[in-house]
Order: sequence, then structure tokens, then C-alpha cells
Amino acid sequence: MLLSVKDVSKTFPGEPPLEVLKGVSFTLEAGQTLALTGESGSGKSTLLHVVGGLEPANGGSVALNGQEVVGLGDAALAAIRRKDIGVIFQQFNLIPSLTVAQNLAFHARLSGHVDAPWITELTASLGLQTLGTRFPEQLSGGQQQRVAIGRALASKPALVLADEPTGNLDENTGDEVMALMVRLTREAGAGLLMVTHSPARAEALDRRIHLSHGEIS
Amino acid sequence: MNVRAFLFCLLLAPAAHAQSFAGLGEDADGFAIPQPGDQFVFPEDHGPHPAYRIEWWYLTANLEGEDGRDYGVQWTLFRSAREPRDDGSWQTPQTWMGHAALTTPEAHFAAERFARGGSGQAGARGEPFAAWIDDWRMEGPDGLRLLRLTARDAAFSYDMALEAQGPLVFHGDDGHSVKSAEGQASRYYSQPFYTLEGTIETAAGAVAVTGQAWLDREYSSQPLGRTQSGWDWFALTFEDGNRMMAFELRDSENAAFGSGSWIEADGTVTKLEDGTFELEPLGAAEVDGRRIPTRWRITYPARGVDITVEALNDQAWNDLAFAYWEGPVRAEGSHPGMGYLEMTGYE
Amino acid sequence: MWVSGLTALLSHWRRHPLQLLTLVAGLAAATALWTGVQAINAEARASYDEAATALGQGTETRLTRRDGEAMPPETFAELRRMGWLVSPVVEGRLGRVTLVGIDPFTLPPSPTRPALTDGESLGRFVSDGIVQAHPETLEVPGITYEIAANLPVGEAVTDITTAWELLDREVISYFVLLPNQPRGLPPLPDTLVLSEQDTGAEIARLTRSFHLNLTAFGFLSFAVGLFIVHAAMGLAFEQRRAMFRTLRALGLPTRTVTTLIAAEALALATISGALGIGLGYLIATALLPGVAATLGGLYGASVPGSLTLDWRWMASGAALAFVGAMAATASNIWRAARMPILAPARPRAWAMANARALRWQAAAGLVFLAVAGIIAATGHRWDAGLIAGFTMMGGLLFGAALILPLALDAALSLLQPLAKGPLAAWTIADTRQQVPGLSLALMALLLALAVNIGVGTMVSSFRATFTGWIEQRLASELYVTASTADQARELEAFLEANTDKAIPLRTTETRLRGAPGDILGVIDHVTYRDGWPLVVSEADAWARVAAGTGALVNEQLWRREELSLGDPLRLLPAWELPVVGYYTDYGNPRGQAMVGQAELLARVPDISPLRYAARLNPARIPELREDLEALGIQPGAILDQATVKRFSLDVFERTFLVTGALNVLTLGVAAFAILASLTTLGTMRLPQVAPVWAMGITRSRLAWLELARAALAGALTFILALPLGLAVAWALLAVVNVQAFGWRLPLLPFPLDWARLGVLALLAAVAAALIPALRLARTDPSRLLKVFADER
Repeated sequence: MLLSVKDVSKTFPGEPPLEVLKGVSFTLEAGQTLALTGESGSGKSTLLHVVGGLEPANGGSVALNGQEVVGLGDAALAAIRRKDIGVIFQQFNLIPSLTVAQNLAFHARLSGHVDAPWITELTASLGLQTLGTRFPEQLSGGQQQRVAIGRALASKPALVLADEPTGNLDENTGDEVMALMVRLTREAGAGLLMVTHSPARAEALDRRIHLSHGEIS
Repeated sequence: MNVRAFLFCLLLAPAAHAQSFAGLGEDADGFAIPQPGDQFVFPEDHGPHPAYRIEWWYLTANLEGEDGRDYGVQWTLFRSAREPRDDGSWQTPQTWMGHAALTTPEAHFAAERFARGGSGQAGARGEPFAAWIDDWRMEGPDGLRLLRLTARDAAFSYDMALEAQGPLVFHGDDGHSVKSAEGQASRYYSQPFYTLEGTIETAAGAVAVTGQAWLDREYSSQPLGRTQSGWDWFALTFEDGNRMMAFELRDSENAAFGSGSWIEADGTVTKLEDGTFELEPLGAAEVDGRRIPTRWRITYPARGVDITVEALNDQAWNDLAFAYWEGPVRAEGSHPGMGYLEMTGYE
Repeated sequence: MWVSGLTALLSHWRRHPLQLLTLVAGLAAATALWTGVQAINAEARASYDEAATALGQGTETRLTRRDGEAMPPETFAELRRMGWLVSPVVEGRLGRVTLVGIDPFTLPPSPTRPALTDGESLGRFVSDGIVQAHPETLEVPGITYEIAANLPVGEAVTDITTAWELLDREVISYFVLLPNQPRGLPPLPDTLVLSEQDTGAEIARLTRSFHLNLTAFGFLSFAVGLFIVHAAMGLAFEQRRAMFRTLRALGLPTRTVTTLIAAEALALATISGALGIGLGYLIATALLPGVAATLGGLYGASVPGSLTLDWRWMASGAALAFVGAMAATASNIWRAARMPILAPARPRAWAMANARALRWQAAAGLVFLAVAGIIAATGHRWDAGLIAGFTMMGGLLFGAALILPLALDAALSLLQPLAKGPLAAWTIADTRQQVPGLSLALMALLLALAVNIGVGTMVSSFRATFTGWIEQRLASELYVTASTADQARELEAFLEANTDKAIPLRTTETRLRGAPGDILGVIDHVTYRDGWPLVVSEADAWARVAAGTGALVNEQLWRREELSLGDPLRLLPAWELPVVGYYTDYGNPRGQAMVGQAELLARVPDISPLRYAARLNPARIPELREDLEALGIQPGAILDQATVKRFSLDVFERTFLVTGALNVLTLGVAAFAILASLTTLGTMRLPQVAPVWAMGITRSRLAWLELARAALAGALTFILALPLGLAVAWALLAVVNVQAFGWRLPLLPFPLDWARLGVLALLAAVAAALIPALRLARTDPSRLLKVFADER
């Protein structure tokens, strides 16, 4: 099992404290794609962050390839993100000071796992061959997200986390990016956990979980 | 230097209290004291008297220009000594000060000069007569009878020739002129009979002038009493040929002390005793921020004198280090005439 | 509308107090340094003006004999009786003091002449031989001074008759021509000549470079302060971009918004300006004694050690604070006025300037450098002068500053291929990205470093040269001055008998090429032949000096008159010798010539015979001192070499005390500028850092990288500052010094000083980066995550 989430809870401190996740549990097999849907504030992004070790959970367990994530320190979490996870966000995925090619290879180089033929293949699949020397700010939104997909997959992670990856894109570009992401994730043999508020996008994936007020409904 | 200090020494030397510690004829610092019965010796006495504390050659002139206007001219050389000696070197305790002024109906010009003794910059001698500071000169070949008088500054200059039409005149008792009830006195003689001709010059141009002049010579070691604060001094030449010198020393504690001389055309002198004449201010003018009486009534019943005297230019203020009023006046009434008025101590 | 608008605008500062502090402190610090320097300059200038009125007005007209000879006393009365209003002055050296004899009766009153406030003091001045002097004027044996703090240091003033006695010469050196001469004077005698003597301006000229130095520091610190203010203001604007948009959307007219921004800047300028002026006053008060000591020590210019408040420098400080705040705000106002209500959602990197702007800037920089180069190459041909020297330095500094961003960019791109890991590559790439945003602060650092290196190298070169020079120049172990000629004869006999060699020192004043100068008569001795610091000379120079057929001159005269070997030099009206060499003579503003003593004594028989030097084993000095005092020599007239050296070096150290203090201050302000810029950039940089973090790099590691980045920028800036600093040092030593003082100094390298400064630069950069780095290390993950989702 790639991912096993059990009874995960998350509360943001404040007056009164905000209970965002109330004992969420689900699992994900390797190679599977799963959509997390829900209203704004339902906790779906937080769940994604907790799974990715980007934010700590208050309770419960998140096991990635059998390794417990909850309760790990900064450095261990960072190591997991480097080696096992690829992230695609709604925006600002790319490092502005690096070129497209550098961005694409960046995560792979960080993880120490550079598979050059795979990266070349990815670049071709994403249609980025001619854009390698450009800087992110010279790209369109769709192009930027394609680079983000490539970067997330270049290190051949076990799990790809995507948070509204098409949220800033128009309908057609969104479809195109969505399709590329799902196809390439499958080619890479990675699991995909995607947050989206769009039921249509969720339909494209293997499974769907709907979050409402911090609970799976 | 602070010239006010210099003048303090020169004009208001503390003499009265010093006298009581000194022997007859000199004060505590060794300066000579004028004594009744002293006689003048000429031409020597036209020159300086270093044994006395202070001395002056003081000439005033009433002029009429070729342009028909009235003018006045002053030329004064003061000598002051810190000690009663003169070794002729630059270190001599003798010092000199010159004042020159020109009064027109609209304007008044005044200038001053200072000099240490011994350098030759300023000085005086009796034979042949000369008194000078810089190129301001009063000199003549024959005592005081014929004089050439020059002075020059940035804003004015004058140059004239004088000729005495009468004898020298001795004031007081044979020149012993008492200045206070306590007995302070000076040696004082005059030549009031000059006629002159010459040129005055200002930025407006040169004007040829003629007129009358009066020279005072005075030296002393004790000019004023401690409480005397200033004086009003008149030298008048009347159209009838008589001349009158009269002064009053104002006193902060006692009554004013007056004295003077009535001089007839032939030089006969009558002493004006204190109380026999009256100087009465009639009106004051605003001069350099202070009130100064520039209109006077003078009465001297013994000679039937009852005149009003008025300044030709009431702004004749010598705005110098030691400031005082000195200017030409006109007399009207029983004895019309011209003259000079000097007023000090109006600070 | 106004009030609510302003409230909204100001609420920002409540939430960002550190930013407000940066802004106010930056503007205040810049204003303070500027005001402080202005205050010092104003005080010194006022003192010179006062000194200039010493013998009359600012410029004084003097009357001298055409041949430069002194005049007999009778000349005075002759001129006065012609009508010319002149006042006689006799001037002469009395030991190390200039004795000035005046005639208080004819010299117009002046604030820097004896105040003779009553008849008694005048009388004592004239007849009791009173000599007045400033308390710092050195004692001359046998003379008692009356203290008069208004007199110039180094000058003793007395009545002319007293001066004649003390100098043993009854002459008049020159006449002061009074203003407002009478009308229609006869012409002056042909033997006399009038000359404008700019007594005050003389000092002003000498001290000009010193003040230019100070002013340059003031400008520098103000420029650095502007960087700070610009950074802080820019940040505040960026952060409130959304607020402006909202205000406008709520119906506030553009004009009102821009007016509000201007009003806010005005308020900040007022507060910071007031603070800065107060601080500036404190700085000036703290530095002024040092400046006074410097000016007194080096030029003999008397400046009081206390400061008077003057509206002029206060106003200049206020004006600069105002201009600074407005300049920093102008672009904000412009941007606010043009900002569309609905801005595109596409985020923009405020700090990014495009490469073309960088190239234009660099091109402008090259023009500045070219100007500096042209002045450097051709300046000597058209008598460039001090202003040109400083223009050249300004060109150098500003040119280099403008080129800096491109140079850093190039340096970083060269480094890029060397980076092995992805993080190193990213760090370099990111630093490169940061350069435009940091460039203003880095320029400030560059300027501060370059000026530090330049001034530091100059001072060190000067110190090394000066110390070496004084070793050579003060070869004799003992210097003794007798009080009278009789005593001098005894002294010579005693020294002949008791020391290795007695060396009579004979000098006289003269005019050299139209300016006051001195002639030294030297004996033929190994002390001179081996030790004297000749720079250029004929092979047989000393033999010709000894034979009376040649003269050596000091460097000042050599350079001022552009002399060459063999040029004739008129020493006295009827005495001319060819120049056979020149020697260094630091610290002396006057021209000097060195000739054979016998020849000099033959020409000027009445030369003061009182001074002697002696060669001996220094260990014998204490014993000899007792014997000399037994001869009747004043204790103060016996100086040993060590004392003189200590005194001279002390004067030197004080000279550059102020420079050192200002160096430290400007470096501090530059560090502050970096802090301000990094704080500004820190907030903007989250989007650059967040993806890296998301990909698995811890925040603490990122923070370390921030520090490394700052260190890298600092190090590169320092490397670029080094050649620039050396160029500045060269300009100071070879151009400014020659113009200001008349001597040229060799440029000596001081690598240790530079290394220390390099470390300081790194420390400054790292210290400035510390707070932003710590902030990054502690940034909450949710803030980083927001980057990916938030509509900004």
C-alpha cells in the first residue's frame, strides 16, 4: 500500500481553535489516482499538506510506503518530500531564477535520483523541448504548469500531490494539463492525490473522496 | 583699540582727587597743574606741552560759499599723555587724536584719526608753527598770524588760508581759565579774529568759500570735576565786531559752572564771571537717537546781550568714537552774528 | 474621506513597526551624518572668516617694498603725512611662534586682535610690553604671554615697539592699507607695491581639501541613507498595493491617494529630519574637538572646540531629509497614480529590473569612469586643481557604483558553471536574481568600502612615509635655542666641547617666487649629506650647496612653481641660485630653500644666531640638559629628538582622527542599507523560496543559504571595491594631496588592512542578513504554503 491515512486530525490554534480535519482515514495504492473534493474550507488542502509533510498533523497516522510521517522532524519531513513526493500547486510552482530545463531537473537533482532519459522523455511528452532555456516568467500559465508536472515527476516519486493544478488556467488549457498530468503520472507508476473543487476534474481520476467540514462524507 | 577708552583718558581724566596727594603744581602722576599767575611764552606755547595731561588746537570757521550758502568747518588736534614726559620715541606716552568736520545746510561730515607720539605721524611745534596728524595740517610761517589749514577724508576735504585780523586773546586771568567752583583750571588762549578764504569739497564738487575763523588753544591736567558731566560752549562773532565766548559745565550734583570772555574788536577782554550771563535751551532736536538742545537763548545783561542762537544744521553730530555735537550757529536778537556751538556729554 | 484614507494608510505602520523603524532610522541617520558634517564645516568656516578679519577685512591690502625688504620706521610717518591711511606691522619668528607687532592706534579693531577695552589696557599694551597669545600657542623662552583666546594659534601679538625689542630689529615688515582711503591722494612711491593678502583665504585654501573630504563623506552617507529610505518606502508601497487598490475601488480619487502618500512622506521626513538634525548636532559636538585639533595641528587654523547652532546647517539637514523622503516616494506616487483599479492577477517581482536597464546603467557608469580617466590622464596639463581631483574621485566612485550590478551579475554568471549541486546552482542563480533589488544597498557598501580602502591606504601611506621622513629629517639628537646672542656664543662653545658635533641652525624669512617663504642656511655635514630626504637632485647637490652655488628647495615650492633642476631661484633681491634638487617637507605650508650657511650669513648678517642642533649619544641627553640649564638656557628651549618626534606624530594622528571616525560611520550606514534592502526583499522572496522548501529543503537550511548569499554578495562587492579603493587612494595621494598640500606621496600597499576590511565587509553583509534569515527559519509553513494558493 502506497499511502495509509488513519484518523488524521488537524486543529489551527486560535480563539476558538479551528478544527479543520476531524479523524480522516483513507488509503491509496501505488499507481492509483485519487481526487479530494470539497467546498472551500472543507479541509481538503490541509489534508494534502499533512500527507505531504508540509504541515504537521495533530493526531492520527500517515504512512507513506509504510513509513510513518506524523511526528517527524523538519529534516526527516524534508527528506521524504525530496525522495518520495512530487508537488504541483495552483501557482508559483517554479523557481523564478532557474530556466525551464533547470526547473524540470531541479527536484530530481535534489533527490539525487537523476534519470536523464526519463527527463528527456518527460520534456518531449510535455512539449517543452523548445522552451528549455526560458525563464518561468516568460511562459504562459499552461506552460508553467506543464513544467511543474515535469518537475514533480522527474524524480520518479512514489506519490504526486497536486493542489488545484488547473485552478489558474482556462478551461481548454486546464483540460490539456489535466490529461497530461494523469497520463504521465500513470506512466511513471506513481500515485496521485489531487485536490480540486471541480467535480468534472475529479471524474477523470480513479477514485474520489469528498470532504465536508473536515470529515469524509 | 577702544577709542572711547582713549577719550576717557583724554577728556575726563580723574584729576580732582589726585590733586590732594600731590605737591603744588603737579598732581599725583606728576602732571603739571595750571597755576594762577602763569605767563604764556610765544611762540613756544603754540607748541605742545607734554607735562600737561591734555591739550588741543581747536579751530572752527563759519563760511559763506560762492554759491551763497553757509558752511561750517572744524579742525581739531588733541594731545593726551599717559605720563608727563616725551622721549620722542615710538614708546612715548604722548598720543594724538584729530577731528575734522564739514557742515553744510543739509549734511554733516566728520572724520577722526589717531596716532601714537614719536612716530612723526602726528605732532605740533611752536616755531615755525605746525600742528598735524597725517596730512591734516595747520601751519604757518609767523606764529599764528597766517595759517594754512587742510584736512581730507573719503567723503570731504578742505583747504584754506587764514589771516588773523587782531591780537591773541587770553581767557580767565591771563589765560588761567577756571573750570569749576573747586578750582580746576586750564591754560586757555584764543585767536578769534581770523578771516579766511579757501575751498571745500564733497562728492557734490568743490566750492570756493570765504569767512571767519576762531582758534582755541587750551591745555590742562584737570579739565573737569568728578561730577561734571559735560559742557555747552559758544564762540560767537557779532556783526558789530564784538566777540563772545561762553561756556557752562553741567554738573550732576551741583549747579552748573559758567565762564567766558567778552572780546571787543580791538582785542580787549572782559571775563564773564559765573552767574553774570545765562545760557537757556529753547528747543531740542532729535539727533542720532537722542535729544540735543540746538536752540538757545543767551543773555548777558552787562552788555545788553539778549539773543537766540540756532544751529545752521541741527544734525551736526560728530558721530565718532567720542561723539558730540559741534556745528555752526546763527545769532539773532540784540547782537546778530555767527559762531560755533559745542555740546558734549549728551550720551 | 481624508481622515479615513490616512488612517488606512498609517495602519500599515502599526502592523510593521520594524519597517517604520528602518525608515525613520535610515533617513535620520543619513540626515544626521550630513548635518553633522555641515555643522563642522560651518563652524570651521566661521572661524576662518573671523581669522580673515584679523587685520581688517576678508582680504587685506598690504603695502610692501617692491624688493621685499623690510622698511625703516620713518616710512610710516612719510606715508601717513602723504595722506595714505596705513598701519605698520612687523612680523618675525620667535622660536616656533610668529610674533606680530602692531600699532593699535592705526590698526582697525578686529575680533582676532587684542581687545583693548579701556584706557588702562591700551596703555599697558603700548608701554608695558604685553604679549598676547592663544593659550595653545607654544611658549617662547623668556616671554610671558597674556592669554587671549581670540588670537590665532601660533601667533603672538604685541605692540610694534615691544616686537622691535623682542626681534631686535626696528623695521616695518609691511603696511596694512585701510579701507576707505581719503579722496585725491598723491601717488605712492615707486619703491612700494600693493598686494592683496588673503589672510583668511590662505587658511581656507589650505583647509579646503580637508573640508571637501568631510563634505564628500556627508554626501556619501546621505546617498547611502537615500538607499535605505528608498528601500523601506518601496516595500511599504508594495505591501500596501492591495490597500491602494481597495481605497481607489471604494471611490477615493487617485489624486487624494497620491496626496495622502505625499503627506505621509512629508510627515516621515519631518520626524526623521528633526531626529537627524538632533543626532547630527551630537555627532558634530563629538567630532568637533578632533576637527579643531586637526585644523590647528596641520594648518594652524584656530577653530573653537564648541559648536554654535546655526540655522543654515540645520536648514540644509532638514532640506535634505525632505528631498530624500520625496525622492524615495516620487516613484511610488507615480506608480500609485498609474495603477489600474483592477490590477492583473499575474504576480510581479518588484525587485526585478530587466537586463537592459542594467546595461544602460553600466554604460552611464563607463562614461563616469571615462571622465575620471580623462582627468587623471590630462589633469596635470591644464592645472586641474583640487576640484578636478575630487571630480575625478566622484567620477570613479559613481561610475563604479553604476557598473556594480552588471559586474556582480557577470561575476555570478561566471561562478554559475562552477556550482556542483542543484542547491549551489540555485543559490547562485537566486543571488543573481536578487542583485537588482540589492544593488542600491550594495552600491552603498561598495562606496563605503572603496572610500575606506582609499582613505585608509592614503593615511597609512602617509603615516609610513611621514614616519620614515621624520626619522631622516630629525637626525640630530638635541635641539637648543639660546635667549641672547651672548648666550648663543657660550652655547656653541659648550656644544663643540661636549657633543660629537654642534650644528648651528640659521634661517631667515624671505619671499620665494612672490610668496612668503624661508631660507635655511646649512653647514656642510654628514647629517645633511646622508640623512636629508632628497627626492630629486644633481649628483653634486650637497657640494654645490656647501659652496654657495646651488640651492635645494622643498617639495611644496618645487611643485607649486613647477621648478626643474637648474632653474634660477631668487632668494633675496640681489641673490639668485640655481635649484639643484628638492626634498620632502611634510606639514609645512610655506616654500623653503636650503643654501650654504656661510653664504647666507654673508648676505644676511643680522640673522638670528640663537638656534643649534647637536649630534651625540642620546643617553647623554639628561646629563647634558642639566649642564645647559646651568648655562642659563630655558628648560623649554632644550628639545630632544624623541620629544619632537612624538609631538609631530601626535599632530599627524590627530589629523586623521576624524577621517577614521567617519569611515566607521559610513560603513555602519552601508550595513544598515543592506539590512533594509534584505528586509524588503525577504518578504518578496517567499515565492522564490517556497517551491524549494516544498521540494524538500528545510527552512533552516534555506536560512543558511540566505546568509551565504549575503556573504557572497558582500565578498564580491569587496573584491570589486578593492581596485576602486586603490584608485581612490591614488587620486588622493597623487592628485588631491599635491593640490591641497603641495606634496605627493608614494602609494604603499597594506594588504592586512584590506583583509581586515574584507572581513568587516563580510561581517556587515552577514550581520545585515541575519535578521531576515532568522525570520525565514521561523516562517510558519502555512505562510509558505499560502504562496501557492493565495491570490496576492
